[in-house]
Amino acid sequence: MIKESLADRLLKGAFAGCLTLFAVYCILPFVAVIGNSLTTERSIRLHGFTLFPREWTTLAYQFIFSDSTIFRAYGVTIFVTVVGTALAMLATCALAYPLSLRALKYRNAINFYVYFTMLFNGGLVASYLLIAKYLGMKDTIWVLIIPALINPWNMFLLRNFFKSIDESLAESAKIDGADDIYIMFRIILPISLPALSTIGLFYAIAFWNKWFEALLYISDERLYPLQYLIQRIMSNLQFAEQLQAKGLFVDIETPTLTVNLATTVVTIGPIIFLYPFLQKYFVKGLMVGAVKG
Amino acid sequence: MSEMNALSETVSSGKRRERFAFFKEIRKNGKLYLLTLPGILLILVFAYLPMGGIVIAFQDFNVMEGIAGSEFVGLRNFEFFVQSPDMLRIAGNTLYLNALFIVFSTLAAISIAVMLTEIGGRWFKRIAQSLVILPHFVSWTVVAMLLSVLLNTEAGLINQLLAAFGVDAVQFYSDPDKWPLILVLVKIWQGAGFGSIVYLATIAGINPDIYEAASIDGASRWQKIRFITLPLLKTTVILLTLLAMGGIFYGDFGMIYAIVGLNVLLYPTTDVIDTYVYRALMELGDLSMAAAVGFFQSVLGFILVITVNWLARRFSPDSAIF
Repeated sequence: MIKESLADRLLKGAFAGCLTLFAVYCILPFVAVIGNSLTTERSIRLHGFTLFPREWTTLAYQFIFSDSTIFRAYGVTIFVTVVGTALAMLATCALAYPLSLRALKYRNAINFYVYFTMLFNGGLVASYLLIAKYLGMKDTIWVLIIPALINPWNMFLLRNFFKSIDESLAESAKIDGADDIYIMFRIILPISLPALSTIGLFYAIAFWNKWFEALLYISDERLYPLQYLIQRIMSNLQFAEQLQAKGLFVDIETPTLTVNLATTVVTIGPIIFLYPFLQKYFVKGLMVGAVKG
Repeated sequence: MSEMNALSETVSSGKRRERFAFFKEIRKNGKLYLLTLPGILLILVFAYLPMGGIVIAFQDFNVMEGIAGSEFVGLRNFEFFVQSPDMLRIAGNTLYLNALFIVFSTLAAISIAVMLTEIGGRWFKRIAQSLVILPHFVSWTVVAMLLSVLLNTEAGLINQLLAAFGVDAVQFYSDPDKWPLILVLVKIWQGAGFGSIVYLATIAGINPDIYEAASIDGASRWQKIRFITLPLLKTTVILLTLLAMGGIFYGDFGMIYAIVGLNVLLYPTTDVIDTYVYRALMELGDLSMAAAVGFFQSVLGFILVITVNWLARRFSPDSAIF
């Protein structure tokens, strides 16, 4: 082992310093929101937002949980995430597995069929008309799920993973008389768990964070997902701020500042808590997909 | 004559053979095709059917009449927005913001990947990586909320910090000039850590013998980064930049709409094609115009992907997408 020179050690120190700074930059907004959600309305009015609360209180959280809005939105989001991820994984695996097999004669045509949608699309207006007018999916929970069941990017990532599995495994099972569907569910998927958990995580987070579809298609308050709730709060705030900037007097007494922040914390809560456990999956999974891709 | 007959016979027998081959393939792999069916249908309905809806861009579309009944007006919708002053602004903003995003996100992601590779300490590395990736997993609406705590005129943390140095408060939400910078910083915050994963994977794939040989020759840490790591990242950088450039005509709607929303004061620098189309659709209800702008965007985007890929294949074959 060659002893490191001073310059090398300095460089290493500088890198550690930069990374620490960047990590703080990444985490600070979260700290600020959590901190201010735990303080009193009065404290914010007097001193502005602070990183750590001056006056502790959980009033904002008590207020949120005394109302059914957040629970209902939670229910919608959890349903969309669980059902959406399960269906998306089924559809994506069922498409990715056959496409990974060289024995499938028309696989290139199907590959291109999927790939082309990544290059060209019909645009927002046509999709909107199709979903709202022709399919009649407006104000149904399925509008948040069904159009998002196949993500081409995830499909190709998974196909690349399946490709790396030895094809003789499936062939020998076939000689023993197993059919393709049995092979996929009983042999291929069980040995692909790391890749499946990565892709599953990507889908789950995409479903958890959905709000644009709600903005477009959902006007029934009982079907608002969590993130859309935040968006509604945010646009009300922006509206008030805009009026103030124009010098108009607004008598919007917002004792809800801390409530808004607490709502935000509650929507990101599960991600923050689960994150440390899930992190290793997507880093590893992405690395497999990226190297093979 | 007999020659013609013979020819038509071979053609039809060729067709028959083709059809025969098709049925043979279905009989052999039918269950595999059955598996692909749900995916194929979903893509057909939600990706290909809307492509047919592009017709609206050439119509004076009327919701009551539907696509079949609306009047065909040729390129009139296109003339309208090409002549409008909005067009130049939103196209300019889209390209400018996306170019900034691509350049700075890529630089930040590469730096993070290189630094994460170089530093020691397993725990430090893991924690740092976890923290920088975290912002990728919250939605843009949450980001907008976080940002308001920082940028609020009276109570915001940034203005408090400025006040501590005796600087006057900045009205961020009514000053469009500050927003390209703010959006770039937000984009780096949100995406650079996650983007670094691919570069980390590439660096991890570099043959360690190369570094060892360099060390034996007395190369410093910096020289190894400069002359080994960075050059070997080139292919990946080009590939990802090409992918990103293919989408340069698509504004980041989720980000910009969630953060800027309907704040008219910020439109001069933040209004992009996608937010414009959205407003044309939802507020003005001008479906044909919105469709025309969207179509224009899709076509330009498509041409760009093809061109960019052609260039890639020409100059750096490893980086070509297809």
